Amino acid sequence: MKKSFKRPDGRAYDEIRPIKAEVGVVSRADGSARFQIGKTVAYAAVYGPRSLYPKFLQNPKHGLLRCYYNMLPFSSKGERIRPGPSRRAMEISLVTEKALTPAIDLTKYPNAVVDVFIELPQTDAGTRCAGITAAAMALADAGIVMYDLVSAVAVGYVNGNLIADLIYDEEAYPGEVADIPVAYMPRRDKFSLLQMDGKVSSEQLQKALELAKKVCLQICDIQRKALKRRYEKYKLMENMEG
Amino acid sequence: MSLESEAKKHVIELLEKGVRLDGRKLLEYRKPLKVNYGVSVNAEGSASVQIGETLVFAGVKLAIEQPYPDTPDEGLLMVGAELLPLANPRFEMGPPGIEAIELARIVDRGIRESGFIDLKKLCIEPGEKAWAVLIDICPINDAGNLFDASALAAFAALKNAVFPAVVDGKVDYGTKTNKKLPLVDVNPMSVTVFKIGDHFILDPTTEEQELYDARLTVGSMSDGRLCALQKGGDVPLSADDVQKMVKIGIQYGKELRKLVIK
Amino acid sequence: MSRGKQLVKDKSIVVPGEVVAEGKDFILGPGVRREGNQIVASRVGLIHFEGKLIKLIALSGRYIPRRDDVIIGRIKEILINGWLVDTESAYPAMLNVRDAVTEYVAKGSDLTRFFDFNDYIVCKIINVTPQMLVDVTTKGPGLKKLIGGRIIKVNPNKVPRIIGKKGSMLNMIKQATGCNIIVGQNGVIWIKSTDPKMELIAVNTIKTIEEESHVPGLTEKIHAYLEKETGKKIKLQKE
Repeated sequence: MKKSFKRPDGRAYDEIRPIKAEVGVVSRADGSARFQIGKTVAYAAVYGPRSLYPKFLQNPKHGLLRCYYNMLPFSSKGERIRPGPSRRAMEISLVTEKALTPAIDLTKYPNAVVDVFIELPQTDAGTRCAGITAAAMALADAGIVMYDLVSAVAVGYVNGNLIADLIYDEEAYPGEVADIPVAYMPRRDKFSLLQMDGKVSSEQLQKALELAKKVCLQICDIQRKALKRRYEKYKLMENMEG
Repeated sequence: MSLESEAKKHVIELLEKGVRLDGRKLLEYRKPLKVNYGVSVNAEGSASVQIGETLVFAGVKLAIEQPYPDTPDEGLLMVGAELLPLANPRFEMGPPGIEAIELARIVDRGIRESGFIDLKKLCIEPGEKAWAVLIDICPINDAGNLFDASALAAFAALKNAVFPAVVDGKVDYGTKTNKKLPLVDVNPMSVTVFKIGDHFILDPTTEEQELYDARLTVGSMSDGRLCALQKGGDVPLSADDVQKMVKIGIQYGKELRKLVIK
Repeated sequence: MSRGKQLVKDKSIVVPGEVVAEGKDFILGPGVRREGNQIVASRVGLIHFEGKLIKLIALSGRYIPRRDDVIIGRIKEILINGWLVDTESAYPAMLNVRDAVTEYVAKGSDLTRFFDFNDYIVCKIINVTPQMLVDVTTKGPGLKKLIGGRIIKVNPNKVPRIIGKKGSMLNMIKQATGCNIIVGQNGVIWIKSTDPKMELIAVNTIKTIEEESHVPGLTEKIHAYLEKETGKKIKLQKE
C-alpha cells in the first residue's frame, strides 16, 4: 500500500512552503492583503460594507458576503486562461464564501454587502486556500467585525503518505493521490471548508484533518503577525497621547 | 446653476496658478514611477508598473495557433484588458465593458501599428502554424492613469518574454528557452495627455480623471514619429491643441522609454 | 467568581479572534465580546484596559452612521420630498425638505435651487433605525451647503486624531494655514483657501496625521512641520 515518496521540492511531509504575508496592498480597497505560499500568490481586496443592489437582495436583518475567485490569464503553468468565470472559478467562489461567512458578524451590516475579490497572478496549487487566507486578512484589515480569522491549507495523500500543502507536481503525481483543501477557524476549532478529490479511508481523513489543524495554526500565526505589522505603527502614537 | 461642478471649478482655479490638487506641476508624473519584472513565473513574460499608488500587471503567454487566412505567413497578436473589481470600487464583475475594451485596443494599436513585434518571424509553417502573442493587462490598484501604466507594462512584459520549448510540435510550458521575442527597435511608448479647461496635464489621479474635458493618447516611437492616436472625452480639440498634446506625448514618451531601455 | 486575568499588554494591537483576557469580572466596551470565560477581540484595533473596563479602539473600517454625528455628505439623488445623501458609508441618508428649508416649498417644485446633484453639505444625523435608515438635517449652527474649496477623504477612525483634544490639532492647522476647514465624522473633510500653497499644506498635514501618526510627539511634529512649511511662528497650544 504505502510506497515511499520523496517530495519534489525536498520538504518534510508535514512542512509547508515558505510564506510571505502583507496587509494593505490595494489602496483603493477598504481592506486588502497579499498572501504567498511557495509560488502561489493571492491578492484579496475587500469593499464594504457598501450599498447592495439590486435592492431585492437586501435583508434588513443582516448583510451579505460575496466572494469572487479568479486566476489571472497568465498565472498558470499551462496555456493562457480565458478570462471570465469558468465553472471551476464559480464553484471556488462559492466555497470561499462559505469558508469565510461563519467568521464574520453580518448582523452588524443590515441591508449592505461586503465584497471580497481574490485574484491570483501566479499559481502552483493550493489557490483556493491561499485566496481564503488572504481574504481573511483583508476582511480584518477592512475593520469588519469578526468572530475569528480563517486559515486554509490543502493536505493530502500521495501513495498513502500524508503530506501538507501540496504543489502542482504532487497533485499530478502518477500514483494514488488524494487532495483535501481545508479552511479552519483556529479560535472556534471548526472547519469551514472541506473538499476532497481522491480516495481515502475514514481513519486517513481523521489524520489528515489533524495535520490540517496543526498547519493552519502555523498559518494563522503568520496572518496575525502580518496584521499587527500593518497597525503596529499606531501604537506609539496612542501611548504618547493616550 | 453652472454646469461645472464645484470640484472642477476648484481644479481649474489651481491649474491657473500652475498647481494640481496633490501639489504636482501640470506635466509631472507621480512617484514612484517604476517597472518591475517577474509577476508570474508561469507567464512567458511579465511586468508590473507602479505610478504613484496605481499598480498594473501585464503578462505574456505564447501559444501555437493557425495564422489568420489573410496573413498566412504572420504570427498573431492579441491584447486583452480586464478591469478587475479588485482594483477600483467602481469596477464591476462581468464581461469586459467598453472601458476595458478601449484600454486593450489603445495598447494593442501602439504595439501593432509600430511594428514592434516582427510578426513574420513568428510564423512556423505558413498557413498552418504560427506563434500567437497573448498579452493580458490586469490593474491591481487603479488610482488613475491606467492608460500609461498599462501600455508601459505591456511593453515591458514583451521585452521580458522568452519562448517556451517545443516538443513534437507542441508547446512545453514547463521549459523555457533563452530565446527572446523578435522585437523591432521602434519601441512604441504611449502617453495620454489630458485637457482640463485650457490646461494640459499628465498622469491624472482618479479625481482629475473624473472631470477632464478631453484626452489624447499619443503613441510614439524611438525615432519620434507617431504610431497611434486615440482621442477621448466629450470636448473637441483644435488643431493647435492637438499639436501641443502630441509634442508633450512624444517628449514624455522618451522619458517613459528609459524606464525599460536603460 | 474567578479573578480576571489580562492576557495581552494594555494598548497593544489585537486581531479578530484573539483572547485578550480571562475571567467573569470584566466590563466589556466596544470591539470585544465574551465567549465563556474568555474575552475575545472582534476586530483589529488597540486594546485598552481601564480598571475592569476592556475596550477596543478600531483603527480601520468604513464609517457607520451614528445619531448626532455631524458629517459631510454629497447629494446623490433629488427626490420629490427632499434629497438622498451619500454619507460615505453603506447607508445613504434622507434629507427631508422640512429638515432643510424654513420657507414654504410647494410640493413638486424644483428642489435643486436649495441643494443640487453632487453638492456637498454639512449635515447632522438626527435618526438611525436598527435597519440603518438614516435621517439628516441641515437646520442648525454650522450646517450648510459647501461652496468652493475642495473635498478630501480620510479614514473615519482617524477623525478624533485630526481634530485633536478639544479641537487643538485642527485649530493649529487652521491658524497656521489660514484655511477654512470642516471635518465630518464620516472622514469627509472640506478645505477652502485663496492660497493654493496653504491649501496644500493643510491637505498634507491632515494626511500626515492620518498616515504617519506613529511618530512619537505627533503634536510637536505637526507644529514643527507647519512652522517650516508656512514660514510662520505658530503658538503651540497646551493640551
